[in-house]
Amino acid sequence: MLLYATRRFGLALLILIVAVTVMFLMIRAVPGDPVQIMLGPRATPELQARLTAELALDQPIWKQLLIFYGNLMQGDLGIDVFSGRSVTAIVFEQLPHTLWLILGSIAWSATLGIALGAYAAAHPNTLIDRITAAISVSFVAAPAFVVALLSLLIFAVNLQWFPAIGAGEGFWGRLDHLVLPAFAIGLSWVGYIARLVRASMLEVMGESHIRTARAFGIHERRVVMVYALRIAILPVVTVIGVGMGFLLSSAVFAEIVFARPGLGKLVIDSITTRNYPIVMGSVLISTGLFVVSTALADLINAWLDPRARTAK
Amino acid sequence: MAKSRTELGQIVTGVARDPLGLMGLIIVGTIVFCAIFAYWIVPFDPVGMNIKDRLQGPSWTHLLGTDQLGRDTFSRVIAGGQVALQVALPAVFGAMAIGLTLGMIAGYGPKWLDNLLMLFFDTIRSFPTVMFALAVVALVGPSLQTVVFVVMATSIPTYGRVARTQTLTLRNSEFILAERSMGASMTRILGVHMLPNIVGVLAVLAAMDIPTVIALEAGLSFLGLGVKPPTPSWGALLKDGYSLIRQTPWLVVGGGLPIILATLGFTFLGESLRDVVDPKLRKQR
Repeated sequence: MLLYATRRFGLALLILIVAVTVMFLMIRAVPGDPVQIMLGPRATPELQARLTAELALDQPIWKQLLIFYGNLMQGDLGIDVFSGRSVTAIVFEQLPHTLWLILGSIAWSATLGIALGAYAAAHPNTLIDRITAAISVSFVAAPAFVVALLSLLIFAVNLQWFPAIGAGEGFWGRLDHLVLPAFAIGLSWVGYIARLVRASMLEVMGESHIRTARAFGIHERRVVMVYALRIAILPVVTVIGVGMGFLLSSAVFAEIVFARPGLGKLVIDSITTRNYPIVMGSVLISTGLFVVSTALADLINAWLDPRARTAK
Repeated sequence: MAKSRTELGQIVTGVARDPLGLMGLIIVGTIVFCAIFAYWIVPFDPVGMNIKDRLQGPSWTHLLGTDQLGRDTFSRVIAGGQVALQVALPAVFGAMAIGLTLGMIAGYGPKWLDNLLMLFFDTIRSFPTVMFALAVVALVGPSLQTVVFVVMATSIPTYGRVARTQTLTLRNSEFILAERSMGASMTRILGVHMLPNIVGVLAVLAAMDIPTVIALEAGLSFLGLGVKPPTPSWGALLKDGYSLIRQTPWLVVGGGLPIILATLGFTFLGESLRDVVDPKLRKQR
């Protein structure tokens, strides 16, 4: 297990290093003077000279990359051109909002999805099974931002059941503001997870350890809930880990639609004001988040199911 | 040739016999038809303004009402389908071609090249798509080409990985060994014997990928970072609709429904195609 974990995180680290390098080269490959682009046409020559020195743009490219990595190790992603604050601080200020949103979305959709999937697998070809299947196929397809816009239109503007903008104050206020965006992001996951759990549950139910458990006279409910479900939810763990990228992407849109603070709003605002250090910092941090969550999903998988450790 | 035509016929019949597949065929067919003949279908000029009639609800003249500049929403929806396919088709086919080539090289070539290409795929996949798209847009500016490029770059790994797995499986099959023992060149083995066996699977993936691409284009345009105004895109409609959501619901409905319909149609079609072409694939995804 330790060997597997080391190898898996080694790979994650390698991917991150390559990704950061690609990112770095992309910024440098943009035609034109990066300082001019960052500061805009109205910047004074002194300001331009200072930023050139700060970003070490007068050095050869490999040295720039080394300096960039050196700063990154110390958690330094550069300075926001406008406010003069550290990019790391600004990004981490917004990150919790996005993480709560993602957590809320996946929590309700995974719970409902697993329950529906397990029920459907335990009672195949019943009405609930059919309804679940129909819902899965229809909702899997709905892009989160379209769902967000339509639910904003229906539940916030027309019915006025939920607030339309902001993140809210206090626990209940926050929860109230979380409902619609979390609904929009999670909707397509419910069907997806239900389908996944149903398929893997049906497969697991045919395996010999379930037969053995039944042969020992263990109650059917316990067989399903404990012995089968434990293995059957494995794909869900992987899918959520790998799906972190989609969740982040959906969160960007949900934050814009519901005017919530968060990483997505930060990036979009920074793009419109051409604040490149913040855009790049946010992209880097979200990429890191994604890589780590994929690796973690693999580890949890290996921990729950020892067979996965030797599979690769 | 005659053989492949009957095969194609069988696939189409197979898809049409499945109710969801038939629905997918009809929806996709309608969208493609509207996109091709958009110029003749639209009752009004999709970019023609008429301030006098702005923000109207649905009527017989304006089926989906008008926007803040008096442009006919229905016409913009139809023309938007054209833009969606203009982005989706080249992006998906480009990604498929590049992914196929790289994947086959990874599966057939030496081990170090395989590792290198896999690292390349994993790296691209490590960027959350929308974040990557935003970074690229921030750097090179929004345009139709940017969207196509981003979509292509981010979906190469999916095709590459599947093509690689297929190549690895085929590599040791008897007919390939036989070809090799007869002295066939690598290009011949890959191009003539492996390619036809891999393309089918990738085509299914492509059909299922198109909705993601359409949604991404619409999403970027919704953020104002995709195609530029006044080009009618579904995302642009949603953007206008969002800012006017308290005045009129019809722009959000007009922009949102076609995206959902297109996604549904392509997903149904893709799933049904998958079951017909390769039932085994069901488990892989």
